[in-house]
Amino acid sequence: MLKTEDLAFSYRGESTIHFPDIHCQRGEQWLLLGQSGSGKTTLLHLLGGLRTIQKGKIEINKTDLSQLSGAALDHFRGQNIGIVFQQAHFVRSLNVAENLLLVQKLAGRPSDLPHIKSILDRLHLAPKLYAQSENLSQGEKQRVAIARALVNKPGLILADEPTSALDDSNCLEVIQLLEEQAREENAALLIVTHDNRLREVFKKQIILS
Amino acid sequence: MNLLKLSWKNLTYKPLNMILSLVLFALGTGLVALLLLLNTQLQKQFEQNLAGVDLVIGAKGSPLQLILSSMYHIDAPTGNISVKEAKPFLNPKHPLIKDALPLSMGDSYQGYRIIGTTYEILEFYKASIAQGKLWEKTFEVTLGAKIAQDLNLKIGDEFKSSHGFVIDDNLTHDDASSFVVVGILESTGSVIDQLILTDTRSVWEVHDHGAHEASEEASSENHNHNHDHDHAHGDHDHHDHASPAPASPKSFLEEPDQQITALLLRFKNRGYQSLNMQRNINENTDLQAATPAIEINRLYSMMGVGTDTLQVLAMVIVFVSALSVFIALFSSLKERKYELALMRVSGASRGTLFSLLILEGVLLAILGCILGLILSHGSMSLLSDYLEESYRYPFTGWMFLKEEVWLIVGALIIGFVAALIPAIQASRTDISETLTSS
Repeated sequence: MLKTEDLAFSYRGESTIHFPDIHCQRGEQWLLLGQSGSGKTTLLHLLGGLRTIQKGKIEINKTDLSQLSGAALDHFRGQNIGIVFQQAHFVRSLNVAENLLLVQKLAGRPSDLPHIKSILDRLHLAPKLYAQSENLSQGEKQRVAIARALVNKPGLILADEPTSALDDSNCLEVIQLLEEQAREENAALLIVTHDNRLREVFKKQIILS
Repeated sequence: MNLLKLSWKNLTYKPLNMILSLVLFALGTGLVALLLLLNTQLQKQFEQNLAGVDLVIGAKGSPLQLILSSMYHIDAPTGNISVKEAKPFLNPKHPLIKDALPLSMGDSYQGYRIIGTTYEILEFYKASIAQGKLWEKTFEVTLGAKIAQDLNLKIGDEFKSSHGFVIDDNLTHDDASSFVVVGILESTGSVIDQLILTDTRSVWEVHDHGAHEASEEASSENHNHNHDHDHAHGDHDHHDHASPAPASPKSFLEEPDQQITALLLRFKNRGYQSLNMQRNINENTDLQAATPAIEINRLYSMMGVGTDTLQVLAMVIVFVSALSVFIALFSSLKERKYELALMRVSGASRGTLFSLLILEGVLLAILGCILGLILSHGSMSLLSDYLEESYRYPFTGWMFLKEEVWLIVGALIIGFVAALIPAIQASRTDISETLTSS
């Protein structure tokens, strides 16, 4: 599903960060661990096609990311990659259901409210279907963000510090749901974190230095 | 959840910002549209009533007043001229004049003017009889369509005229004979719709009737003190009032000492001779000759100063509204940078974000413009009642001009331009930078 080779990146005027090669099959779940400044977020943005690749190669679903650019890359990302960020942001003028419908629309998929309802149901968010995003709690927001990452049935789910803003109980619930849903969708899941609470949940780990 | 719906949701999310932009836009476009409506209808009225008249002859005074009073019936006449002076122009063998229409005025009924004239007036305004017949004897009248409708007058109805052109019961000629309605004209949309037509002699006889103080007043020349005192009446009193005299249309010419108010002339052709005629009249006689087209253009240019000022004001408001759209969108970008970046993550291209912002600007502009058009037509229809009351010309708020389509197109362009910079800014959103800055 996901394959990287010789990936390296340098910010202007700073030393180059070299990333280990990653091979990740569908249904596999990996934890990418590293301290602040080890380039975790940079790696995740590279994998998600949010940053331009400087050196090396990323292949997702047999597609070379560096061959895509502009709207084609955006479209590919919308269809194949779901991303959960540290802070969950939503289109403020839309409620939960509308936010998820928008994501379907942006990926060029037909609106499917029953599918959205079933995902929210699996994430214990059924009563929040028509809630405004600003009225949700931190834990709820992060679960809606997971729903957003799942809604287009992507082959690859990336998560950037998904639990660092959450307390222990919320952390456990969110990470269990993320793990369950990724398994259910048979998607590759890659979590970038420095949160030690997650070390016990995921066996496959890559340490960034 | 398409882009249009999303842009609408984004606009209504900040209703106060939206209302401010909408109201400004509506005021600007509304004012432009109102000016268009007013100008178009005024010009239409003025042009429709030119009736091919080349020259108007009347008493000395303001040429514009002469035109307004004798062609548009909205101002007091400049005074009267004697039949003796008018007679040469009414000679059918005149080498330059195709036809001439005598007008005698001075009285009104319920604010509508009673005009003593000849049958040629129908040909001038392309009017025809709808019911009944044309006046044949003195004190018989044929009504314009609008009067019959507004005052609910029917054939056979009688009324007494009132002195001057204002509605005032104290000025009613109680001692004179009553006018009898014998016919009603077809509606033409021109000024004849609001005239009461009768024989020239009727106008004289109303004032000759036993009223000696009126005779004295009338014997002084240029009795043009105010609205109420302009009327065509002579100073002798020898008609048989008991039975109205049959009025052969041109018989008034046999009384050279009587007076009429004005003559409308149409030339055979507009050569230099006819231009010279105007100068000759003005320089060598006690009469005044004025060209309607020139005077109306003068009026336009005088009104133009006012409308130009309002137009500039409207443009300023439109500019400020464009600015408010720009500021509203631009300042919202800062608050919306995460959601815009997230839309990119979810598959939106730069073009999608650009279109979204443009759509928000254009949507605001179009809605503001539509609101402005509703506002302008609404206020025009309110205003039309007032205008009709004071000028007796029909105005309407429910006519639509092709210029209004251009107004909508203009609003579209303004909305686009106002949203352009925010849209470019939005399309340049760097997903990675934005998301790591949180």
